[in-house]
Amino acid sequence: MVKIITVYGNMLLQAMGKTLLLALCGLFFACILGLIFGLMSVVKNRVCNIIAQIFVDVIRGVPMIVLAFFVYFGVPYLLNNMMGLNTPVMTALQAGTICLALNCGAYMSEIIRAGIESVDKGQMEAARSLGLSYFVSMKRIVLPQAIRTMIPSIINQFIITLKDTSILSVIGFPELVNTAKNVQAATFKSFQTWFIVGIMYLIVITILSRCAKVVERRLNRGR
Amino acid sequence: MAAEEIKIHVEHLKKNFGKIEVLKDISIDIMQGEVVVVIGPSGSGKSTFLRCLNRLEESTGGTIVVDGVDITQKKVDINKVRENVGMVFQHFNLFNNLNVLNNMTLAPLELKKATSEQAKEKAMQMLERVGLAEKAEAYPSQLSGGQKQRVAIARALCMNPDIMLFDEPTSALDPEMVGEVLQVMKDLAASGMTMVIVTHEMGFAREVADRVIFMDGGYIVEEGTPEEVLLNPKESRTIDFLNKVL
Repeated sequence: MVKIITVYGNMLLQAMGKTLLLALCGLFFACILGLIFGLMSVVKNRVCNIIAQIFVDVIRGVPMIVLAFFVYFGVPYLLNNMMGLNTPVMTALQAGTICLALNCGAYMSEIIRAGIESVDKGQMEAARSLGLSYFVSMKRIVLPQAIRTMIPSIINQFIITLKDTSILSVIGFPELVNTAKNVQAATFKSFQTWFIVGIMYLIVITILSRCAKVVERRLNRGR
Repeated sequence: MAAEEIKIHVEHLKKNFGKIEVLKDISIDIMQGEVVVVIGPSGSGKSTFLRCLNRLEESTGGTIVVDGVDITQKKVDINKVRENVGMVFQHFNLFNNLNVLNNMTLAPLELKKATSEQAKEKAMQMLERVGLAEKAEAYPSQLSGGQKQRVAIARALCMNPDIMLFDEPTSALDPEMVGEVLQVMKDLAASGMTMVIVTHEMGFAREVADRVIFMDGGYIVEEGTPEEVLLNPKESRTIDFLNKVL
């Protein structure tokens, strides 16, 4: 075990860095997608509601590994081979980010929708009755209150997304699991390799959830 | 009233929720400075009527003209109209994420009606008026029901409205807090504000109303001065209702 750490430790740490980078990229766009589709599912507009519903249903109904293959191999094949376009090559990081953003975005939009719906309707009505527009009321009154109830679920979703990056090892992105596979192949020490990788995930995720607890407590103070 | 100016003109107003007709045919004119109290059994449509007046409910038919603007027209900028029509709700609806002062200054600032100092000064003035100046920094959760409702009234007044709508402002209050809210409303009425009030407080209606409207089944059944409607009702439904509540 010591040998693996001394020889491959640096490589595994870098891979963890890649994992975090991928997770952050995915989460960033997931938040944007989640907010867009979450809002689209609460506005009073049938077309918006239906589009948001389809997005959530499709993404939730497809396993992420399938989504990853589809985005990384399927879409370029469609564009280049079937449609004859000459699109630039997509990197594994880009494809991985798209997958995570779509996948996590769908769950985020549900969290955001539920959070917004948990805010008493009277808050929006009071804001509107003062002459504020729908979006200003949303931004200043409803969303700040919704975020309080959403924070625990959002953090939970962050952790799930961080773990889901391991699925993207299948498209060859050198994140932690992908790298660990190589380490294991080189050393034949399966137990030690996967034990170390498990501990690495555990440490990062534990730190993350501790930070989350602090944020949550701070948000709830004075309430 | 001195200036016989019509502030709210309602003609053949209809409102359906799906297949249920809540308002069947409502017509009424409300004058500048008039205090109109709407009474009636629950389900009679009185709250819906009130909410149609600032388009929190979209009417199904008829016309509603507020301050010369027909708000049933789709292209009307309803936010502009609402700036002049304050509303007070049964459940107060103070913004829980903001303290009292920010509750009051939010709309004036967002709508660029005032600078930060002006808005604050106005808010403190209004808080003074409802007797809650010392609560400026408090959050809604730290206030009693009566205090919340007084802040809600003050918040609406910060927009300098011409008209105030009250939707059962005392129904969610503990009995000992009803008086303080009614007092604020009485002062407001005395200041010449045009007010439409849905309430179950018959004593208050008698004391403050210029006109009392009795609604039932989506119609205005009877209207007149408090003496006419509350003391000498003519319609049998009004008599039934008053016997039950008085």
